Amino acid sequence: MTNLIILPILIPLFTGVVLIFLNKRITGQRVVAIFSSIGTMIAAGVIVQKVRTDGIQSLNVSSWDAPFGITLVSDMFSALLVLITSIIAFACLIYSFKSIGQEREKYYYYAVFNFLLVGVNGAFTTGDIFNLFVFFEVMLMSSYVLLVLGGTKIQLRESIKYLLVNVISSALFVVAVAYLYSVVGTLNMAHISSRINEISVNGMPGILTVIAVLFLIVFGLKGAIFPLYFWMPGSYYAPPAPVLTLFGALLTKVGVYSITRTYTLFFYHDMDAFGILTILAILSIVFGVIGAIAYWDIKNIIIYNIIIAVGVILYGVSVLNTASLTGAVYYLIHDMLIKAALFLLVGIVITITGTSNLRNISGLITRYPGLGWTFFIAALALAGIPPLSGFVGKLLIVQGGFEGESFIGGFITLMSSLLVLFSVMKIFINGFWGKDRTYGGEEKAPVKQLLIAPAILVAISALYGIGSEFILPYISQAADTLLNPKLYIDAVLKE
Amino acid sequence: MEILMAFVIGILFSTATYLMLSKSLLRIIVGTGLLSHGAHLLILTMGGLKRGSAPILGGNAESYTDPLPQALILTAIVISFGVTAFFLVLAYRAYQELGTDNVEEMRGTEKDD
Repeated sequence: MTNLIILPILIPLFTGVVLIFLNKRITGQRVVAIFSSIGTMIAAGVIVQKVRTDGIQSLNVSSWDAPFGITLVSDMFSALLVLITSIIAFACLIYSFKSIGQEREKYYYYAVFNFLLVGVNGAFTTGDIFNLFVFFEVMLMSSYVLLVLGGTKIQLRESIKYLLVNVISSALFVVAVAYLYSVVGTLNMAHISSRINEISVNGMPGILTVIAVLFLIVFGLKGAIFPLYFWMPGSYYAPPAPVLTLFGALLTKVGVYSITRTYTLFFYHDMDAFGILTILAILSIVFGVIGAIAYWDIKNIIIYNIIIAVGVILYGVSVLNTASLTGAVYYLIHDMLIKAALFLLVGIVITITGTSNLRNISGLITRYPGLGWTFFIAALALAGIPPLSGFVGKLLIVQGGFEGESFIGGFITLMSSLLVLFSVMKIFINGFWGKDRTYGGEEKAPVKQLLIAPAILVAISALYGIGSEFILPYISQAADTLLNPKLYIDAVLKE
Repeated sequence: MEILMAFVIGILFSTATYLMLSKSLLRIIVGTGLLSHGAHLLILTMGGLKRGSAPILGGNAESYTDPLPQALILTAIVISFGVTAFFLVLAYRAYQELGTDNVEEMRGTEKDD
């Protein structure tokens, strides 16, 4: 038992509260926010090492023994995700300093930013299904504020839709938890898993499949899988680049994490539910690819790439063998880093050109070579060109798919890589090559300072790919826990 | 008793769905309120409706009510209260800014405003 694992939740929470009182002093806010962000990163790094050496860490809040109280659990999967979240938050923060504008900074942007991290880190760390709902709500409430902050017409319009979709999915979450509680009589995730295991000796009861599908709908709405991604291209289009980055890189991944967690921990008996997951994952890839290729708007192209990545990761999860799960965890982390970098880069392009329509952009690389080449590396990494980070993850997922004799899915995943490459190269070729033009917002755009954050992320992602030999033991440990729910249950209940 | 509650929940859910499918923003918000009421009642029912004394050890009562669903509902009510309040303010602001409360007129694909 260690108090360490609550730090990534507590540090942003206290920072958020302090920042509310500092709302008119922008420099003070920035200093506090950056120090707390670094603190969270260090704490998250220490947790990863601790989990690596001592195994799964759990904390019974207020010393109410599991399964009666709320338990926080940090296995390798969640510890790694918390670490990556902190890194992305740090990058978004330094990007925000130069781009978000004084108006937003004065109206609690950094405070809400930190509350969002409370929700995300909490959702990754909690070991209690109702507590997961609460952290989801913390995260969503902050995301509503971040989305609408600024109050332009498009933001207000899209916020309403986003809010409505999420209110409905929250209600369904409560319904799913209620059903689950009536079947197993507990809320602790490890305890739920062991009880489901007991009642599934002679096959899984049908009601559990219903619950599994309900969870898939709830988390699928957040994670934007087919056919539940309909709200995403509109809503993610509205906010400014750092907020879009947080949403695209973190919020959808919380949905993916929750699907992975519940399906591998609760419903691993249930082949019907896994069949549905496989089909939806493959369809997400297909429809995401169609969207990414069809659009001529750089924001939309990257947004549709989120859907493809979610499909690929969930396909890896749904095959459920060692290779595919290792690949899914590896790819999930890669995707968070590289999507964050791409969104920030797209943000810079839009700051320079004042438009996101690819037809009105060209020749950026003559005057912004740094931006161009960073984008190029990020694009290659996204498509999975070796030795960059996307390659290892996709390779393992495809290998797992073929081992699991799921040939169609493996084939589609492979094909999608090519088309993803096409969709991002389209941005590179049309936007960065070609005739040099002059744009409106050019003089005041601090491109060099803005480029720091995405450059850090791309560098980390490149190291993540090149150093995969060194990182794979961590990933394998994460996949191991996902494959053997018993490890998780023992760590939580027998302490 | 559980059967009766199931009907009440069903009516709440169907009313909520009907309201949320309408075009007026205010009706949609009322719909979300009803939807969360239905969900809360569902938690209460799923815990099993039992009569009995308060769930305190040593009371020597024959049956206890289940305290957990009540705690969950309390949390869920507070959350849905907050979200509804936010939603109402957002709707009012959107009405001022966009000059309409008809969601049909809010579907816009123009990207440059």
